[in-house]
Amino acid sequence: MSTTQPAVAPKAVPPPSNLQQRARTAKKKLTSPWASMIAVVIALVWTVPTFGLLITSFRPEIDIRRSGWWTVFADAFAGEGVFSFRNYEIALFDSSTSLIDFFVNSFVITLPAVFIPITVALLAAYAFAWIDFKGRDILFVAVFALQIVPIQITLIPLLRAYVGTGINGTFWPIWLSHSMFALPLAIFLLHNFMRDIPSSLVEAARVDGAGHVKIFFRVILPLLTPAIAAFAIFQFLWVWNDLLVALVMGGPQTFPLTVRIAELAGSRGGDWHVLSAGAFISIIVPLIVFLSLQRYFVRGLLAGSVKG
Amino acid sequence: MTIRTASRRRAVALAATGASLALVLSACADTDDGAGDGGDGGNAAAPELDCSVFEEFGDLDGTTVSVYTTIVEPEAETQQDSYKPFEDCTGVTVEYEASREMEAQLPVRVQAGNPPDIAILPQPGLLNTLVTQYDAVLPAPEQVEANVDEYWSEDWKEYGTVDGTFYAAPLGSNVKSYVWYSPTMFEEAGYEVPETWDDMMTLTEEIAADNEGATRPWCAGVESGDATGWPGTDWIEDVVLRTAGPEVYDQWYTHEIPFNDPQIVEAWDAAGEILKNPDHVNGGLGDVDSIATTPWTDAGYPILDGNCWMHRAANFYQTQWPEGTNVAPDGDVYAFYLPAETTDERPTLVAGEFIGAFTDRPEVQAFQTYLSSPDWANAKAAATPAGGWVSANSGLDAELLATDFDRLSAEILADPATVARFDASDLMPSEVGTGSFWAGITEWFASDASSQEVTDDIENSWPKN
Repeated sequence: MSTTQPAVAPKAVPPPSNLQQRARTAKKKLTSPWASMIAVVIALVWTVPTFGLLITSFRPEIDIRRSGWWTVFADAFAGEGVFSFRNYEIALFDSSTSLIDFFVNSFVITLPAVFIPITVALLAAYAFAWIDFKGRDILFVAVFALQIVPIQITLIPLLRAYVGTGINGTFWPIWLSHSMFALPLAIFLLHNFMRDIPSSLVEAARVDGAGHVKIFFRVILPLLTPAIAAFAIFQFLWVWNDLLVALVMGGPQTFPLTVRIAELAGSRGGDWHVLSAGAFISIIVPLIVFLSLQRYFVRGLLAGSVKG
Repeated sequence: MTIRTASRRRAVALAATGASLALVLSACADTDDGAGDGGDGGNAAAPELDCSVFEEFGDLDGTTVSVYTTIVEPEAETQQDSYKPFEDCTGVTVEYEASREMEAQLPVRVQAGNPPDIAILPQPGLLNTLVTQYDAVLPAPEQVEANVDEYWSEDWKEYGTVDGTFYAAPLGSNVKSYVWYSPTMFEEAGYEVPETWDDMMTLTEEIAADNEGATRPWCAGVESGDATGWPGTDWIEDVVLRTAGPEVYDQWYTHEIPFNDPQIVEAWDAAGEILKNPDHVNGGLGDVDSIATTPWTDAGYPILDGNCWMHRAANFYQTQWPEGTNVAPDGDVYAFYLPAETTDERPTLVAGEFIGAFTDRPEVQAFQTYLSSPDWANAKAAATPAGGWVSANSGLDAELLATDFDRLSAEILADPATVARFDASDLMPSEVGTGSFWAGITEWFASDASSQEVTDDIENSWPKN
């Protein structure tokens, strides 16, 4: 983090010219036309299926079943290209249950399922990073080791516990399950960020008479904003796209958008042409979130791997 | 300063996008509600339900029954509409939950101690698993058993019975012994609907001789995601019923005779005369191996293009035709009964759903009674204006069914000459019925494996005890 911080600064204080020189040589050493070309090719290859899905979602059912999406270009030149909104109409309106309920449920599930693990993980990470207590390292390794437990084997025992406590059928089982599954990674990531904060800062605050609470809120938290944002995006995308937890732990009142989309294909799977439209409807929100927060996302990817 | 302004501007833009999205969505929601209200009008034709039937269950007003099923949209709406007469009578609210993952989720919920009141089981195999492994399903109450004894045949009752105890009343029924064809194409070419198996084979040869190129007499496809192969197993079962007969069929799925018994291999070969002969398949879709990769939902479409003449599929294929297809005896497509060796016998492959109950509260039992009665069958028929549903309940008034085709299915089910047999792959142990049988038939199409080799492999996979 310490190197990225000054990188934003140059606008305020003009750096010495030899620094600019060094930046230029570094740039020259780090970029290569070949690498750029490979990156562009990879980007294209990865985008083609999504692009095909987008085109498919606007084609009439009979065309989807008869020919591939790439044939629309030839057809369009021949003046026969047909596009329709019928798939979107079916996905959005053609049901006895309103799609907006599922959208609302998705938000109701996602926001607490992001907020709860981050809050808990922040407190835990602070303790692991800056409070000395016996068995700290063993406990930390144990917490991170829980990351190995596959969530599938926890489903039935967890559900049994929820039914036993009587909270089944509410949103709580879904919030709690998502929080549990997110915590090991959240604690690990945030702990690594916190360790990177120079200890002199924390010690200075302590000398000034600050307790743990004050250090946490006044010193650590402002410095951690990028890390929190990065993890929030991870968790948001994970929870928004989750089907398994919502399906197993939820009920008709709590089902999110993913469950509805999984049902779009119809009782016997015959309506799969509607799925392409459904996929694009559900993509909208994660797309907005990702595009608006992508700066943090890249930073988050580097978390824990390269020490700044 | 500049950075902060930019990010604030972006936040505003984001909020605006979100707001407009919300507006669009709420507009959608309004339209949806409107459509839902309009649908209620369809119930007008349903006969009055005699509410006194439910008096013996006491005052049920304000209670709730939860139903868990695989029947999702678009069939879910008509299914829920058919519960309305019961809800109006008793004041019970039926909570309907449908999921395509129900067959996997139901055992999970049962193990977690959170089963629904009632589950609509799509096949007897699942009932068997729930009874023998989890001991979760409750035996049917006496009113339900009385209804089933009166309105359903002995065979159907048997499918809802495990180890001598009757658990689950049948609900809807499917007729699988159909061949879809284009009446207009048949008329133009001067072909007649065949009455016997030999007639059908002669017709097949005739069509193959009259047409060259992409056009072939038959089209087929067995791809169905995780369940790839099932449409092919229906083909084989239908042929076993015809070449070997119902008695051998019963011995076959109960494993009294091995899976690779000569009579069964003979049936595979008989099916192979159509399905493995490159002159006879796969109209408009490719060669024999394309059967393995063509989605079953699309396999009949070449009929609409004129590239294929016949496609064997169940009655529910009616709803798979693209929007605007005219399903009628003189329309774009229609179906004839897959003929047997003589016109006297009418072996028919059927399937259906069953009602399993996990609780025995009075409202649940009252609802079970309603579902097993002709009242429900008639309400469901009246609530299904587009058709695609039929039941073997003998109290069903065929006049209420929506389409000519559904009436044909009801006629076949009610015909005393019909010998109905349940889909064998649903009755075999799941290792075979939803495992090696599916894989075997797919292999049979995709490679040159002979009927003998494939049936040997399936026989070897049959669980030992």
